[in-house]
Amino acid sequence: MIFALITIALFTLAAAAIAMSLRNLVHSALLLVVSWAGVAMFYLWAGAEFLAFAQALIYLGAISMVVLFAVLLTRRSLAELDPAIDGKWRGVTALYTGGAVAAVLFGAVLFTPLNFAAGPVRSFTVRQLGEQLMGPQVAAVLVVGVILTVALLGGVVLAAASRRHDKEDAS
Amino acid sequence: MIISAQHLWLIPALPLLAAGIGALTPRGGRSLSAGAAIAAMVAAFILSCLALRTALIDPAAHQTFNFAWFDLGHGAVRLGFLLDPLTAFMCVMVTFVGALIFIFSTGYMKDDANFKQFFCFLSLFAAAMLGLLVANSLLLLFICWELVGLASYLLIGFWFHKPSAAAAAKKAFITTRIGDLGFLFGILWLYDARGTLLFFDGGHGVLEAASLSAMAGTTLSCGLALSTAIGLLIFCGAVGKSGQFPLHVWLPDAMEGPTPVSALIHAATMVAAGVFLIARVYPLMSADQVLASVPVHALTVVAFIGGITALMGACIAVAQNDIKRVLAFSTVSQLGYMMLALGVGSWVAAIFHLLTHAFFKALLFLGAGSVIHAAHHEQDMRSLGGLRGPMKTTFATFAIGMMALAGVPFLFSGFWSKEAILHAALEWDVSILPLIMGLAAVVLTAFYMTRLVAEVFFGKARSHAAEHAHESPATMTIPLVILAACAIALGFLGTPAFPWLQAKLLGEAEVHGHSLLVGAGLMGLSIVLVALGLGAGWAIYGRKLRQSATAKDPLETASPPLFAALAARLGFDELYAATVGRANLAFGALSAGFDRYVLGGTISFLTRFAHFTGVVSLENDESGLNAGFNATSEKLRGAGQSYSKAQTGDAHGYLRVLALAFVVLVLLVVLGGGR
Amino acid sequence: MSPLHICLLFSSALFCIGLVGALARSNTILVLLGIELMLNAANINFIAFWRYGPNHADGTGIIFVLFSIAVAAAEAAVGLALVIAIYRHRQTIRLQEANTLKG
Repeated sequence: MIFALITIALFTLAAAAIAMSLRNLVHSALLLVVSWAGVAMFYLWAGAEFLAFAQALIYLGAISMVVLFAVLLTRRSLAELDPAIDGKWRGVTALYTGGAVAAVLFGAVLFTPLNFAAGPVRSFTVRQLGEQLMGPQVAAVLVVGVILTVALLGGVVLAAASRRHDKEDAS
Repeated sequence: MIISAQHLWLIPALPLLAAGIGALTPRGGRSLSAGAAIAAMVAAFILSCLALRTALIDPAAHQTFNFAWFDLGHGAVRLGFLLDPLTAFMCVMVTFVGALIFIFSTGYMKDDANFKQFFCFLSLFAAAMLGLLVANSLLLLFICWELVGLASYLLIGFWFHKPSAAAAAKKAFITTRIGDLGFLFGILWLYDARGTLLFFDGGHGVLEAASLSAMAGTTLSCGLALSTAIGLLIFCGAVGKSGQFPLHVWLPDAMEGPTPVSALIHAATMVAAGVFLIARVYPLMSADQVLASVPVHALTVVAFIGGITALMGACIAVAQNDIKRVLAFSTVSQLGYMMLALGVGSWVAAIFHLLTHAFFKALLFLGAGSVIHAAHHEQDMRSLGGLRGPMKTTFATFAIGMMALAGVPFLFSGFWSKEAILHAALEWDVSILPLIMGLAAVVLTAFYMTRLVAEVFFGKARSHAAEHAHESPATMTIPLVILAACAIALGFLGTPAFPWLQAKLLGEAEVHGHSLLVGAGLMGLSIVLVALGLGAGWAIYGRKLRQSATAKDPLETASPPLFAALAARLGFDELYAATVGRANLAFGALSAGFDRYVLGGTISFLTRFAHFTGVVSLENDESGLNAGFNATSEKLRGAGQSYSKAQTGDAHGYLRVLALAFVVLVLLVVLGGGR
Repeated sequence: MSPLHICLLFSSALFCIGLVGALARSNTILVLLGIELMLNAANINFIAFWRYGPNHADGTGIIFVLFSIAVAAAEAAVGLALVIAIYRHRQTIRLQEANTLKG
């Protein structure tokens, strides 16, 4: 059990870390997909099957595609991927900052007594989930639906409006 | 269909829905926007009537429906709806007058390009006003109060391309805000003292006996009872909204808005909200009456403010030339009457006058709107004249409104409600002054209304526009006729012989009528005074009609300095410009100086300090560490300089600061001993 | 070390990787992806506490994560649309060059 968890964790972390350090954007994006798959595996491990499939559909299926499209659409700037003039300083401070946050988080986790009994994997059926979502949480589901719709429209409007500006710029 | 307190939200919700429809319809959807607004008002009127029926089953009961809005600290902020005769009567009045004015507006605003926005704003106003009426919580009332102010701002500035309209809208908004600040403080204080803002809550509300006696029993260091202080702060809001002295200055300027707006907001409903507010919290205002030793009772202040406003408004109205300004100052004066009635302890008389005034003042404003519409937006009554012939319906209804306002005896509603107020003032044993001010205003009211009618409708047309005036379309005259009928009929709801309205408002099941002869002396006196005012007005303006638009006013020839002072509205605007405006400017300059020298100095000091630390760390690095870190410390120094600008525009920087601040915060909590 | 500890360490590490990535990279797309990683780390925390916490049966953790994923999807859509808009406008997606709001 724990072995499986540690494997999934190391796999996910390694993929994420490499993705964040690669120069090539396409490779970065693909490795991040692997990392998200690792998170999905974690959900499976924890007994949240529905979430695992949701993660797979949304992140592996949808967001990865959007990211790849974005990368390819802005490909002309790939030449700028070389470290900028202040790249080294940025990297060093980022590592320091991340290290400080990591130290605080790890310290907090390690020094907190967490006395929860580690029971067997208990499943939360999709039926129960559906009853929760359509019962007490139905208002929240509706709100999320509206948010997603608005975000979708907003994305379309943002991307489309810029094209018109291009034409105005060109003329 | 039974309407009880938990259905009351429907009444404001319907106009709100209409406002939403109006906002979403395209520019061309004129009939949709207007139709939705009128339909919503009519539906709200029907609901209000049903609510009134429910309320009258047991007039003494305060039906409430309270619910938690959100949790806060140890309790929840609760809002609620309240159904009692006061709410129900006001709702019926607002929806009825509102529906008529909406219909009138379809005719009046027919040629306006922003027709559909107009109805959207009107519906928004109606929704906020009705929400204010049904609120059972001072907080909900305050929210709607401010929404009403917003709608008023939008509608006064509706013709915003006119600089005077834009300025008037700003003036109205800011002036009322001054009063609202006091109101807000009162609400906060009340919440601090009682932990709730509900009016009625099964014994725990702020207007119920336990709370009132606790507040009246608490004495502040300045000698006032707690309830007096809170009551006076709440009264500040009413002073602002109802155009009472000394915050009355915005109301006449608000006439820059379209005339239906003046009728609806600045005569019939919104300005009455202040009176309604005081009537609603009347138990709180009067809680200190049982105490004999306090320096001042809250209601005494109300009575004197009301009396001063009534007299001052009537005086200024005598010397105005704009037809709408005369009516505006008469509104100020009549609102003063209502406050006076509240102050002398008869809130039912105030509400009675509020209801009758809403009808006949709406009638007068719509009549004025009809005249202005016919005369191609000529508002100066010196340039009108002779409209009696071409505009028969308007003249007849306007005359009814004028007689109701002037208090012509027996037939007209204004007479009965004014009598009720004067009787209440007579029975007040603190001071006789409010009664005298009220009686003086009676003469002046009759006088200036006679002047208005004589100048506008009699004589000969004194301008090209007035010569070609014609009667307004039916959408405008039918509301006038209905309102005129109400201006007569409504008075009989509350005559001394059959005080049905008063009994229901007070929650008495039986109607105890008494003979008209009780208090006949005062009634006779006021009839004589009305006759005096009418006679004087007719003698000065009616017998010798104005011949040309430029001729001097008879009063002006008699006493130029007095007339000039009144025409300049006793110089309140100039006074405020010279005192408050100048003080504001000075304070602004002071703030600017503070900003530039103190804050700016501190920031530049901090900048130098950051720069200095940067330099020090650079030196450290160069001497202590090898050259490889030199570049880093160079960048550190650059960062030190960039601290002089809090906004770097660098998203990475923001995120980094966020993360580091998180670390620092956690460390502080941990090292500081936690919890 | 209980499994809960390991889960929390896992999520902390993923969070920090996302943070470092968002801080270190100048490409706006990668910054956004770093933020997505941080969101995922938060979701892992929810699931870990749901899995080992006392109130397992009501499934609050799962529902919260479901909403979080929905909001993350919305954020990604808008964020990437913004990236494309910025790119169209300025021909670059280097984050430090989008500094019009600089004081």
